[in-house]
Amino acid sequence: MEPAIRAEGLYKRYGDHEALRGVDVTVPAGEVFGVLGPNGAGKTTTVRILSTLLVPDGGQAFVSGHDVVRDPRAVRRAIGLAGQYAAVDEKLTGRENLRLIGTLYRMGRRTAKARADELLERFSLRDAANRVVKTYSGGMRRRLDLAVSIIAEPAVMFLDEPTTGLDLTSRLALWEMIREQVARGATVLLTTQYLEEADQLADRIAVIDGGRVIAEGTPDELKAKVGGEQLEVTVAHHRDVPAVTALLGRLVVAPPTTSADGLTVSVPLHDGFGGVADAAAALRPLGAAVTDFGTRRPSLDDVFLALTGTTATPERTTP
Amino acid sequence: MTTITSTPLVPVAPPALAGAASDTAALFARHVRHIARTPEKLLGVTLMPVAYVVIFGVLFGAAIALPGGSSYGEYLMAGIFTQTMLSTVSSTALGVADDLGNGLVDRFRSLPMSQGAVLLARTASNLVLSLVSITVMALVGLLIGWRVSAGAAAALGAVGLLLLFGFAMSWLGALIGLVVRGAEAISAVAFLIVMPLTFLSNAFIPLNGLPAWLRAVCEWNPISSVVAACRELFGNPAPAGDSFPAAHPIPMAVALTLAVLLVTAPLAVRAYRSAVAR
Ligand SMILES: Nc1ncnc2c1ncn2[C@@H]1O[C@H](COP(=O)(O)OP(=O)(O)OP(=O)(O)O)[C@@H](O)[C@H]1O
Ligand SMILES: [Mg+2]
Repeated sequence: MEPAIRAEGLYKRYGDHEALRGVDVTVPAGEVFGVLGPNGAGKTTTVRILSTLLVPDGGQAFVSGHDVVRDPRAVRRAIGLAGQYAAVDEKLTGRENLRLIGTLYRMGRRTAKARADELLERFSLRDAANRVVKTYSGGMRRRLDLAVSIIAEPAVMFLDEPTTGLDLTSRLALWEMIREQVARGATVLLTTQYLEEADQLADRIAVIDGGRVIAEGTPDELKAKVGGEQLEVTVAHHRDVPAVTALLGRLVVAPPTTSADGLTVSVPLHDGFGGVADAAAALRPLGAAVTDFGTRRPSLDDVFLALTGTTATPERTTP
Repeated sequence: MTTITSTPLVPVAPPALAGAASDTAALFARHVRHIARTPEKLLGVTLMPVAYVVIFGVLFGAAIALPGGSSYGEYLMAGIFTQTMLSTVSSTALGVADDLGNGLVDRFRSLPMSQGAVLLARTASNLVLSLVSITVMALVGLLIGWRVSAGAAAALGAVGLLLLFGFAMSWLGALIGLVVRGAEAISAVAFLIVMPLTFLSNAFIPLNGLPAWLRAVCEWNPISSVVAACRELFGNPAPAGDSFPAAHPIPMAVALTLAVLLVTAPLAVRAYRSAVAR
């Protein structure tokens, strides 16, 4: 069966800056595919090419079996897009925005009306439905934009950082919505900077950096790449850290690492519970005030750090 | 493996022309809502021209005499009508650039809709604004002594010509908006185009007194043809010229306006397709 999304060797240049340097992506129908990468990695560029907004300088891509360059209209009939920034008409109300896009999808006025009402309800926008979007908060706009993008129940959905700027409730509601879309058979490609989100939602993840896919696999496969469990010991006082580090270092082969605040010492754990017991026994006579002691499986953050040399947490402050 | 079982909401292939018409209608309604919700815009397209009519017609009309003793106020009306149609250039350009900037054009381009509909709906909705301006200006003009003396049919012909000219200027504006993009740059470019076109024409001054070369430039300016055609159709005083455009203002005005339309509309549609595809 033809995959829902297939891209081969996508290449895109802006002036002499290479935004994409040969991106390959294959997403079988019904899958949630996460695209993870730091700022400037090429996530948005990839989404824009796949959703027919941008013509690649090299490579080819097929969505629902249609070539995005040769047959954009067939692709557009199959897709829904929520870009990185909400694209809604500020001077129209939420309801008018939904009806307009529904009509432009050619679903007929009556269906467009009914779908608009349904989605306003689903995205908690009923009370604001008749207000012009100019008066909406950032999160409300984002929710409206997402509602607009699924109004036609597209077979393939592209969501570019869909939860950036959403509060926790809205984020959870969006995850729920994505799962529902998948349950009805849709394929979803979403980009994110939140590793937790990719972990929660995606069947498979591609990590891209510098315009190239540098790793791909299920969340578990990616985590396995950076090794097994870690033992973490957190102490109350900095003065105890050197002793704890030395002690844990003696138990394992790899050198311990210390967290940014200098209070948590981690070591890779090789022989499971045996190692935990040894560490606990060795720490006891030390008399240090241990505030936390436990094992942790590697997160996608660790994967990301190991693969790209940067953390994926977006910068919250802008200069 | 799951497949989509519910009936798809998007029909497989809607008939092209009917689809394009319904897209244009939906987007036209969008622009009409915008107009209704931006009273300052309506004020802009009515107050400004009315101020022109009053200031030029009453003040200058009293101070300036035309060769042959006819009224300068009467002479001016066609010029002010035409100049108002020219102001569509910058308003359309700014609107198009706004849609580009806020991502709506990306949204439209990701939909299985007719892409020409986006620009057509905007330029067509400008006709509504133009008609409002023309009506208000005409009423104020009639109040202060402007008269139509070539019959109702000819006057309606003049209104039709003005609307056609406004429509062509909308397409020119759309093209400028798509190519220039930045709001400040758009204002500058529109000014650089509109100002010389207005003042190197017969809109406000009779051309008789100009040196021959300058007079030739002004006579071949499409604005002069539109203004002269309107004067003829409204039956307002117009010093006759003997150059070709001055002698045949109506066919020249229609031909030049259509020529502008035929050049700018396809260019604008092309710019629309590539503006977002880069
Ligand atoms: N229109 C453009 N002109 C010039 N360079 C561009 C343009 N769009 C993107 N780029 C460059 O291409 C690279 C990839 O950009 P892209 O927007 O795809 O990154 P991204 O992964 O979506 O980043 P972010 O997480 O910040 O959204 C960046 O280096 C960016 O500066
Ligand atoms: Mg991006």
